[in-house]
Amino acid sequence: MTALLAAERIEAGYGDSRAVAGVSLAVEPGEVLALVGANGAGKSTLLRVLAGAHRPDAGRVLLHGDDVTQVRDFERNRLGVSLVPEGRRLFASLTVRDNLEIGAGSRRTGTWTVDTVVDALPMLGDLLERNASQLSGGQQQAVAIGRGLMSNPEVLLLDEVSLGLAPIVIDELYASLAAVRRGGLGIVLVEQDLERTVAVADRIACMLEGHAVLEGTPATLTRAQITDAYFGHEVASW
Amino acid sequence: MTSLVPGEVRVDRLRRRMITVQIIGAGVILALAMAPYVFEPSITSQWIKLFYLITLATAWNLLAGFAGMVSVGQQAYIGLGAYGVFVFNDLGLDPYSSALVASLAIGAIAFALSFVAFRLRGGYFAIGTWVIAEAARQIVIRFDSLGAGRGRGISDYTADPVMRNLFTYWLALGIVVATLIGTLFLLRSRLGVALQSVRDNEVAARALGVDVSRAKRIVFVLAAVMAALAGAVICLQQIGVQSPSQIFSVSFSAFMVFMVLIGGIGTLEGPIIGAIVYYVMDLYFSQMGLWYLVVLGVLAIAITLFLPQGIWGALRSRFDITLFPVGHRVVATSRPAGAAPAGPGEPRPNRTTDATAASATTEG
Amino acid sequence: MVIVNALVQGVLLGGLFAMAALGLSIAFGILRVVNLAHGEIMTVGAYLAAVALSSLGVDVWVSLLLVVPLLGVVGYWVQRLLLQRALTLGELAPLLVTFGIAIIIPNALIELFTTNKQAIPTGSLAVRSIRVADGVSIGVLPLLTMVIAVLLIAGTQQFLARTRSGRYMRAAADDSDTLRLMGVDHRRVYASAMGLAFAIAALAGVFFGMRQGGVTPFDGQLMVLFAFEAVIIGGLGSLWGTLAGGIVLGVAQTLAGVVSPELPLLVGNLVFLAVLVLRPTGIVRSKVVA
Repeated sequence: MTALLAAERIEAGYGDSRAVAGVSLAVEPGEVLALVGANGAGKSTLLRVLAGAHRPDAGRVLLHGDDVTQVRDFERNRLGVSLVPEGRRLFASLTVRDNLEIGAGSRRTGTWTVDTVVDALPMLGDLLERNASQLSGGQQQAVAIGRGLMSNPEVLLLDEVSLGLAPIVIDELYASLAAVRRGGLGIVLVEQDLERTVAVADRIACMLEGHAVLEGTPATLTRAQITDAYFGHEVASW
Repeated sequence: MTSLVPGEVRVDRLRRRMITVQIIGAGVILALAMAPYVFEPSITSQWIKLFYLITLATAWNLLAGFAGMVSVGQQAYIGLGAYGVFVFNDLGLDPYSSALVASLAIGAIAFALSFVAFRLRGGYFAIGTWVIAEAARQIVIRFDSLGAGRGRGISDYTADPVMRNLFTYWLALGIVVATLIGTLFLLRSRLGVALQSVRDNEVAARALGVDVSRAKRIVFVLAAVMAALAGAVICLQQIGVQSPSQIFSVSFSAFMVFMVLIGGIGTLEGPIIGAIVYYVMDLYFSQMGLWYLVVLGVLAIAITLFLPQGIWGALRSRFDITLFPVGHRVVATSRPAGAAPAGPGEPRPNRTTDATAASATTEG
Repeated sequence: MVIVNALVQGVLLGGLFAMAALGLSIAFGILRVVNLAHGEIMTVGAYLAAVALSSLGVDVWVSLLLVVPLLGVVGYWVQRLLLQRALTLGELAPLLVTFGIAIIIPNALIELFTTNKQAIPTGSLAVRSIRVADGVSIGVLPLLTMVIAVLLIAGTQQFLARTRSGRYMRAAADDSDTLRLMGVDHRRVYASAMGLAFAIAALAGVFFGMRQGGVTPFDGQLMVLFAFEAVIIGGLGSLWGTLAGGIVLGVAQTLAGVVSPELPLLVGNLVFLAVLVLRPTGIVRSKVVA
């Protein structure tokens, strides 16, 4: 069976330093795959490789079994892969509505429109005409997620959603992720916060220093296994 | 990353190389100074042009290549340098002293103008310098004593054409030598290091306490003085200024950009090579008329896009050579015990199989 | 009355400068490229119009229908083929490339057309004027230029604010990498913005040519400085600021012209330098539009 989006033995880095060293993983339709690991484990780089924003040194990226490794970021978005980048990266001089509408740049059609995004992320309701630079961190993150949905993707790649946000805001964002999961949308969630990821994920992959060291479902993995893999006390070879 | 412990490294300022350069340089300068006794004046007077071209290219490279300031208005100082010869010559100085005094006066003018020009950055700085050059020309032509819009000749000049040529040759040689030596020492000084840090990352340089605007201002003034000296030489060689629009022409900036780009921006050697290339092209192709300038423009674009390090940069990266010792390298005097060396070219631990090795992984 | 007349003419001249400045402002606002060849693009626009007039025998207004879109396409491809590569090479490269273009164009024009003025006849339009008071009359052509400049600025503002392409341009100015993640090729957006800048430059060039009765190869060097001065006086990044800057520059020049016909350019430049020293952020304070 071909996965929705798969990485095969990806190696990637910056100059001489190797951030991702031979990682394979796959996400199925309707599944939330959480990619956990400490800072610097290579999660974000892997996510950027999946989105086409970073060129891997080796390995393949497959979308529905088709090799899309050479497909550039903006073209990959048109094929249904949408990255919500680390640090939100909103267009600061534009309004929330403009940010959302630019998210529909690939002109893919589907159920996500400005209205349905606001339904799923209610905190955006009153903010549409506000300037993106005037929003709080949590509001910005909600816009970034909404903007990522506007291209009606098949796979949504979420990078460090909770970074720098207050716990109560994170709770709200994670609650709305449930509303976002529909129509077979596959989600890859990069997160440092173990608690929350374990709660929402269908499957967990743990990265340590560029390697995928552990993979399983929240039900089959013990806490100790995850924390060990996270901090690298005992490296299980995969 | 291998950590370097203080005491185990020394900073090599290439002092050895510096001595070699000094000896060879002194020989070359002496030979060039004696050249008028060997070659016909018709030949050495040709070299005057090469000397002022090298001066101009070096000055522009100092501005753009080392301090990151793209000026398209250096013709302001070339023109003022030429007209300065008239001003001080009319006051009773001989033309050669006039050239030197004028260049100092223009340095003071450039210092004042830097407070205007530095209000702008990047591309707007470039056009700002151009406006200043236009304004300088428009002010100069207001003076009837300077020939208004018609240009004028040097009134009090050595009558003997041989002596005139000889003195101008030596002046031009002295100027280019002083320019090159001055630039070499400037770049080896603390200021030079500061400048290069500004060029590489102005914000970081500021954060580290580099007085950025002071460093830039010094370069701005020096480059103006160099351009003024070159302008004075042009004036002396032509025994005057043919027209203000010629000596204040933006084409001078085009030539400077071209010479520096083709030779290699941000190196000391590049502008010299670029000036020689331009000089030779000028000898053979200037009869093409203005198509020649069109070709220069096309070449400048092509080099910018496809050979951004220029001829010298390409040679240097190919053969790892430098003529002038600018900068420094850090040399480990003893290996830090225990830590594996990770210098370039040496085998590095294979991180892909050794997951426990501390890796310099960065995450985007 | 002489002063009042000079003021009126200066304000109208400001419309022309604003039109010239608009393209420069768009290129800088969206691409952060200072186009040193902006004046030369205006000159090329005027030359193309002059050629269309003399060889095709069309009206100057018809020639605009050819010249403006043509230069828009040229701008698109100059961006795609030359400037896009330069942008990836650092801050100096785009400047040097546009400076190269600024050197190529006037010299090529001299070789092709000599230094003689190429006429851009406008029929009676150039001489027609409306008498407002004793000694004060408004030329129809300068008035038309001002109206079109205002419409262009307003139109550009609306285009950037309201249309999909305009939104992309503003987003590309903010963060082109992220725009790519949205499925938009930022290179096309940049190229379209440069095409728009070139098209407006061509239009401004033709109006400049109409005012002068023709065009010479050297006009570009003059016009790029006027355009640039209007942008800086008005305040970087502000579209309406270009109009204010253009008017200040125009008034300075025409008032100086009352004193002596040789003074306008010098006084214009000095006013610019004075504004730079006294109000480095320009006279119009507004948020960056693009």
